[in-house]
Order: sequence, then C-alpha cells, then structure tokens
Amino acid sequence: MAQNYYQKEIETMPLEDMQKLQSEKLVKQVKHVYENVPYYRDLMDKKGVTPADIHGIEDLHKLPFLTKADLRDAYPYGLLAKPLEDCVRIQSTSGTTGRRVVAFYTQKDVDLWEDCCARAIVAAGGTNKDVCQVAYGYGLFTGGPGLNGGSHRVGCLTLPMSSGNTERQIQFMMDLSATILCCTPSYAAYIGETLKEQGYKPEDIPLKAGIFGAEPWTEEMRRGIEATLGIKAYDIYGLTETSGPGVAFECCEQTGMHINEDHFLAEIIDPDTGEVLPEGSKGELVFTSLDKEAFPLLRYRTRDICVLSRKKCSCGRTLVKMAKPMGRTDDMLIIRGVNVFPSQIETVLLNEGYQPNYQIVVDRVNNTDTFEVNVEMNAEQFTDKLSDILAMEKSLANAMKTMLGINPSVHLVSPKTIARSEGKAVRVVDKRKLI
Amino acid sequence: MAIKQLTVFVENKQGALVSITDTLAAHNVNIRALSIAETQDFGILRLIVNDEETAEKTLSEQGYLIKITDVVGVKIGDAPGKLTAALGVLDKAGINMEYLYAFMSRTEKHAYVVLRVEDNTAAEAALEGAGFHLITAADVCKL
Repeated sequence: MAQNYYQKEIETMPLEDMQKLQSEKLVKQVKHVYENVPYYRDLMDKKGVTPADIHGIEDLHKLPFLTKADLRDAYPYGLLAKPLEDCVRIQSTSGTTGRRVVAFYTQKDVDLWEDCCARAIVAAGGTNKDVCQVAYGYGLFTGGPGLNGGSHRVGCLTLPMSSGNTERQIQFMMDLSATILCCTPSYAAYIGETLKEQGYKPEDIPLKAGIFGAEPWTEEMRRGIEATLGIKAYDIYGLTETSGPGVAFECCEQTGMHINEDHFLAEIIDPDTGEVLPEGSKGELVFTSLDKEAFPLLRYRTRDICVLSRKKCSCGRTLVKMAKPMGRTDDMLIIRGVNVFPSQIETVLLNEGYQPNYQIVVDRVNNTDTFEVNVEMNAEQFTDKLSDILAMEKSLANAMKTMLGINPSVHLVSPKTIARSEGKAVRVVDKRKLI
Repeated sequence: MAIKQLTVFVENKQGALVSITDTLAAHNVNIRALSIAETQDFGILRLIVNDEETAEKTLSEQGYLIKITDVVGVKIGDAPGKLTAALGVLDKAGINMEYLYAFMSRTEKHAYVVLRVEDNTAAEAALEGAGFHLITAADVCKL
C-alpha cells in the first residue's frame, strides 16, 4: 500500500538528522523559557543549570522536571512565555483551579498543533477527497478543535459535529458520505452499535477510517469497532499540556503511535528516581515542547506509564513510537474521555457539607463508561422522607457535573459501609479491563 | 401527644431487612406498625415500636442510620369512607402530608392511620376538632 505523508521530510527523517534538529530547537527553546518564564528559571537556578549548559538533547537530563503541581502553582499565567497580545487561543481541561490546565497558544502554536493532527489524518489515509466527521467535543476540550484544524489542513471536507446527538451524527454520516470519523473510541463503538440496530451493515457505511483517542481502549475494542463500522481504526494520543491530540498518532501498522518528535521530545524516566531509562524500558513518559511559543513546557511529566521503540516501521516513518499507555503514576481516571481526579470529588463533597467518605465505581457497559459515586451520609443528613434523599443525591450529582463536566450517578449510603482495605478506604474501583 | 416513629436507612442488599428485624427481636422490641418506601438502591423503613429508645440504641450501635420523627396517629372506623373523612379534614385545614400508612386493630373494629405531616399540632387540632380520636404512644404499646 502506497504511503502518504503530510510532511514527508520530517516524518521519514533519518534519526541522526532528527536528533540534530531536536538539539538545535532545544538550545533555542531553553533560552526562550529561561528568559521569559521566571517560574522555570527559578527551577533551573535551584538546580544550578543555565541555558549555556544545554548544547543539545544529550544535555536534556540536566533540566528540572515540571509536574502537574507546578501547573497548579503557576496557574494561570506563571508558565506563559509570551505576552498575552501574542496569544490567540486557550484550551483547557476540566477541574478546579488547582487541577485545571489552561494552555495558551500563539498562532504558530495552533498551526503546529494542527499540522500534527494533519499528519495523523494523512497516516490514516486521509486526502482532500475525504469527508472528515469530527465528533469529539468542541470548546475548551482539545479533541474537536485539534482534529478540526488538522482536517482543514489536509483539505478534507470537515463536518464539525462535536460530540453527542447520535441520530444527527448518523444522518450526516450517511447523507454526506463521511469517510473518516474522529471521536473517542467509546463513542465510535456507540455509533457503530446504533448503526447496526438501524439495520446498517458495515458495507453500507461510507466510512473507511477512524481516528480515536482521548481515553484508554483495548485491542479487542478496536477489532470490534473495525468490524461494526467496516473501517480501519487508528489510535491518537495527546494532552492539553503539550497541545492536544496529535502528539502521537498511529500508522497503518497499528503497533504503537509515532510521536511527532520534531515538536515533542520524548523521554522515559523512572517515576521514583527521575532517572532517564533506555529505549524499550517501561517508565513514565516525559515531554519537552521544542517549538511551542506561548506555553512551552520542558520535561513535563505526563504520569502515563509507557514504552518507546525505534524499531523500523513498515510505514516508512522514522518517528519514534510509543506504546499505548499502560497505566498512570497518579490516581487520575479517564472517564468518557474526561480526566477525573478523586480529589475533585472530595472537594465537591466538602463544599456540599459531606464528609469525604466516598467511593468511585467505574465500569464499561456496552462500550460506554459508567460512573458512580457512593457517598456516606451521616445521621444529621438522614431523613425519613424519600424525596429529600433523592433530592440530595441529585444536587450532589449536579455539583460534580459542574466540577468535572461529566455526570455521575450518586448514591448515598450508610456510614462506614464503603470498603476499607487495611484501614484505608478504597476510593476507586475501576472494573474496566482496558490494559 | 405525638407518636415516635423510628426510621431506618436500609441498603438494597440481600439480608439487610432481616438483620434489622433480627436485632429488634433479640432486644425484645415489638413492631406495632411498619412501612417501607424504596428506590432501586435503598429503602427507608419506618417503624412504630413498643420501645423506640431500645430500638434506636441497639440499631445505632450497629451502625444504622436512624431518625426519630414525631408522627400523628388517629383512630378511624373500619368502614368505607372513614379514611377519606380523616384526610378531608387535613385537606380542608391546608395541611400538607408527606406520607401515611395504616393498620387494623386485632380487638376493636377500628383502623389506625399514621400520618407524617408538615405541622403535627395543626393536624392534631384539626382532627380532634372534627371529632377524631387521636392515639398516643401509650395506646400504641397496648395495641
């Protein structure tokens, strides 16, 4: 099968040339950050590193890490490296001030992000003859805007559907003969099941490819979606901190995602010691943005556990590949594509006058995540009126929806009934078998 | 005047109810009247017992959520239209009702209605004013 590339020179660049390019960009980027981001300059000063110590990617390990805690401390402008008048966009994750990530983009940042998404679309077989249906959420969430921009760059006819309203998704897909679908894998599976229920066979569906990401999914789920929709399904990876989707993307080989390493320099580290691990080791994925102007994070710890590989790929791309993340080093959950921290639930409970005695139960039923929160009620809150208890549950669910952006089903339970393991309450029960 | 009602939160689990009634039996608490309101996940068990203090103490010790609420008890005739007459009195007096349950007497030709209303005093006054006989905690024990 003939391979198409969006930016062939970069995507198939020999390793030596790529490393030279990365080194040049890194030296410039460190200087830019040191001069414009006092927060990071302090971290470097504390470590006794100056831009003069960074001669190339071989010196990357000398730089301090950035973590989610730094993003919290520096919220909202502390890591901004450009004047606001040069910025044209923000994107954000859900969450409280502390947990919320607000990333800033200059026009150039948006351009390079969209290029990354365009590479993913072309790797999935996309051309300007395609009709690309973007059913990721639009707005602060990066999914919709990222793939929308990428689709424009490739020249596809773009259907900016956003998520939800499945009947309408199907109507547009069939009437306008959409050939590429971009959304979360669980939504793709849901659309597939709905099409099947309506009597459509895979050969009746115009789609040929799907680009699915923003949440964990299994190989089994991939085969299921491919069979129902009659397509080839490609994984895509990204995070708001670095840009959004398109940090890494899958090619026809479907054996891991090529990292756009001309923009995002990847390392695998030991999450406990911070030591850089050799290729092929399992550890925490760390990214350094080489080109981002407004929000250039250096050595940002993603908390995703992952493996990198430079094994030759049959697609011809030389970009390093990352395996599907195998877990997290923190307690973050991804539910219906949304990042959820147990501490966010805790904050809501305290705000609403409850003790933080709760348990989150996540499962996947018919390819859709279920999200339940059990909360212990105390004697003062208990009442003999059923309607009052139901109203309390509803009001808690609403407060959580406001905080997280997704709706849990809240159940009030008796005190001390939430399972405790060795005296410590089990806060999260994830029944999904995703890894 | 009011009767003490014991409310217990019951999770929708196998054996949840029997462990409550078992505890009460073990402490010699006799149930005079009972009603359950349930949802898919939990139930609210409302009890009139001969000894609510013992019931509250033993169930609380076992970790149950308990609430004691004052409710109004009224005696009505065991004949068609008698419940309607009592409810009509409350309706006319503009008293909102949350829920009610009723039970029969073994010895007399009477029924008893337990009423959970917004305003107990007003409900009692309205019912007595209309000639209804209210029942007390002591009456309940004798039933």
